[in-house]
Amino acid sequence: MLRQMEGSQAVAEAVALCRPEVICAYPISPQTHIVEALSRLVTGGRLKPCEYVNVESEFAALSACIGASAAGARTYTATASQGLLYMTEALYNASGLGLPVVMTVANRAIGAPINIWNDHSDSMSQRDSGWIQLYAESNQEAVDLHVQAFALAEELSLPVMVCMDGFVLTHAFERVDLPSQEQVDAFLPPYEPRQVLDPDDPVSIGAMVGPEAFTEVRYLGHLRQLAALERIPHLAARFERGFGRACGGLVRGYRTEDADTIVLALGSVLGTLKDVADELRQDGMRIGVAGLTTFRPFPLHAVRKVLGRARRVVVLERAFSLGAGGIVAAEVRSALAGNGADVFTVVAGLGGRAVTKASLRLLLTGGPGEPLTFLDLNQDLVAGELRRAGRARRSGPPAENLLRDLAGGV
Amino acid sequence: MPVERTKFYQVGSFAVGNRLLPPEQRAVQASPDRGNSLTCGHRACRGCGEALGARWAVDAAISATAGRMVVVNATGCLEVFSTPYPESSWQVSWIHSLFGNAPAVATGVAAALRAKGRTEVRVVGQGGDGGTVDIGFACLSGMFERDDDVLYICYDNQAYMNTGVQRSGATPPAARTATTPLPGQAFGQGKNVPLIAMAHEIPYVATATVADLRDLEYKVRRAMEFRGARYLHVLVPCPLGWVTAACDTIRVARLATESGLFPVFEAERGEVTGVTKIRRRVPVDDYLRLQGRYAHLFGDPPKTDVIARIQAGADRNVRRFGLVD
Repeated sequence: MLRQMEGSQAVAEAVALCRPEVICAYPISPQTHIVEALSRLVTGGRLKPCEYVNVESEFAALSACIGASAAGARTYTATASQGLLYMTEALYNASGLGLPVVMTVANRAIGAPINIWNDHSDSMSQRDSGWIQLYAESNQEAVDLHVQAFALAEELSLPVMVCMDGFVLTHAFERVDLPSQEQVDAFLPPYEPRQVLDPDDPVSIGAMVGPEAFTEVRYLGHLRQLAALERIPHLAARFERGFGRACGGLVRGYRTEDADTIVLALGSVLGTLKDVADELRQDGMRIGVAGLTTFRPFPLHAVRKVLGRARRVVVLERAFSLGAGGIVAAEVRSALAGNGADVFTVVAGLGGRAVTKASLRLLLTGGPGEPLTFLDLNQDLVAGELRRAGRARRSGPPAENLLRDLAGGV
Repeated sequence: MPVERTKFYQVGSFAVGNRLLPPEQRAVQASPDRGNSLTCGHRACRGCGEALGARWAVDAAISATAGRMVVVNATGCLEVFSTPYPESSWQVSWIHSLFGNAPAVATGVAAALRAKGRTEVRVVGQGGDGGTVDIGFACLSGMFERDDDVLYICYDNQAYMNTGVQRSGATPPAARTATTPLPGQAFGQGKNVPLIAMAHEIPYVATATVADLRDLEYKVRRAMEFRGARYLHVLVPCPLGWVTAACDTIRVARLATESGLFPVFEAERGEVTGVTKIRRRVPVDDYLRLQGRYAHLFGDPPKTDVIARIQAGADRNVRRFGLVD
């Protein structure tokens, strides 16, 4: 059914259609509207049987999910930013125990300096946690990816993060086609794990493993991630048959077939990029866009295929590794190893800074550029702080100085 | 060849395991149908108080629930010595997740059971003092505050024994640990989690020791009569960390209560409802002298001022809980 609604409300409705039996929630912007909406669905009796647990931290939220999932319940939580980091230990635990928890990450920057706006620093920091990571381009895709996420998680016995841009998607009102309960039920069978905490069939879960088998356990985890590379396209195809629209998959190309330049990105910025590509095509530039939906596991072959014969690949990232550079770009470089294409990293849209068409046009029509650039970096502001820092080598936070400079102070 | 005479327990006594008592008075451990939750072959040290306490407590819970229960275990000695892959000493449905999240995992298990309409299956969380009073404290307090249907048992051996005897929030004053070298743990620190649990006004809070295993069984059984959050704090001496003889575990636990240093009581909804009186009060010296971690107090000359401060703490417990008639 087509509805005009907020992204968070739509995701909450989609999650409810998946019939989670336990939801654990701790509020953090910009995830709050999702868990608020779910609490209303549970309290109002629309979502049942379901236990909604208000916990005292994100660490407890995911820990309670671990317990609930191990006891055989379909389990959901949502978080963002600092909250995701506060869960870190439990993230690795959930994947190590093979528990198919589904979690929405309303992508947000990480402090300090504290910043509540959107970028991908949070989920990118957990890329090695053993969770599958899917990135939504639109609210429609966020809805559809959640339905697929439960199926994928339970099929592979792996937890799945559905990442959607904080505020840009979570708080945006868009037209969304919500599936019916019958459609979702047909797509997603009830959760029936092969091992649960059951007094009738006692098992010990979470034993200590030493050097004799730890590598093998980790390797098997890696194989399950690789298996996801096979299952994700299969699920996306099944989803399209059942719901009548394409969504998900590993990576999707837009006007890439004959492109010399391809911009690869994740999340909501893809909409802007496609508009820019359309405009530049009218100017005669052979440019395309690749949208990466699945970042973990990383689809090396699919990325190599979609980037095709492009000579220039620009990876637009909403996060980066300080002291190293692009995170996604490093994966793209290994995907293109030996192919001869130049790969550029552009870090853009950190902490909620708008990624504008004007800046992207300038970037893409300019010269070859540096291997690593920061879109719209305020060079004057940086230079001022570097001058100040150069006068005396003393420790201290730079953020306050920058704010003073921006306010025109001394 | 010396002949060892077989000794029988006195008829009518409450000696542990006495099968000559009427059935309703027998310990759970006296029953051939006991749960054997923590079975033989585990790797606890000789004289381990925690292994003893855990076996009695979990078996009592099995007895009280007719086996319809799940155990959630924090990281720590108990977890490490009981489940070295591919072996497990647990004969109950058991899960270990992390060091600091056992109460939250237990909350999740209880929520799943409720959602599935299986509320006859009960949940017991357990961990050492580090996992309970320090790193798991936020999760514990959250579980209490929400009144989740979980019995959480803390086996308190007063330091991080699994990692080599480092100080925890439950380490008592003057005790020497690897991170509180002489003169030992400072006075005026540490937290009393049974009292903090009572401040949450949860249905049931109790303390116990491995010196009175019948009392430990009673408190587990009593705890399982309530729904909602319950807390049981069990003093379990650690021969390694306390530097005591393996054969002195029960003795030192008894002296902890008889000296007044460890008050044994139970409370409902934040009010004390029962206190185990001290039968034969002893000075704290008797308790401290047995333990190498306090050896620095008994040099030449002995640190009488420090011992007097510890004695003052015991005296305060006696007054506060009415431990002596």
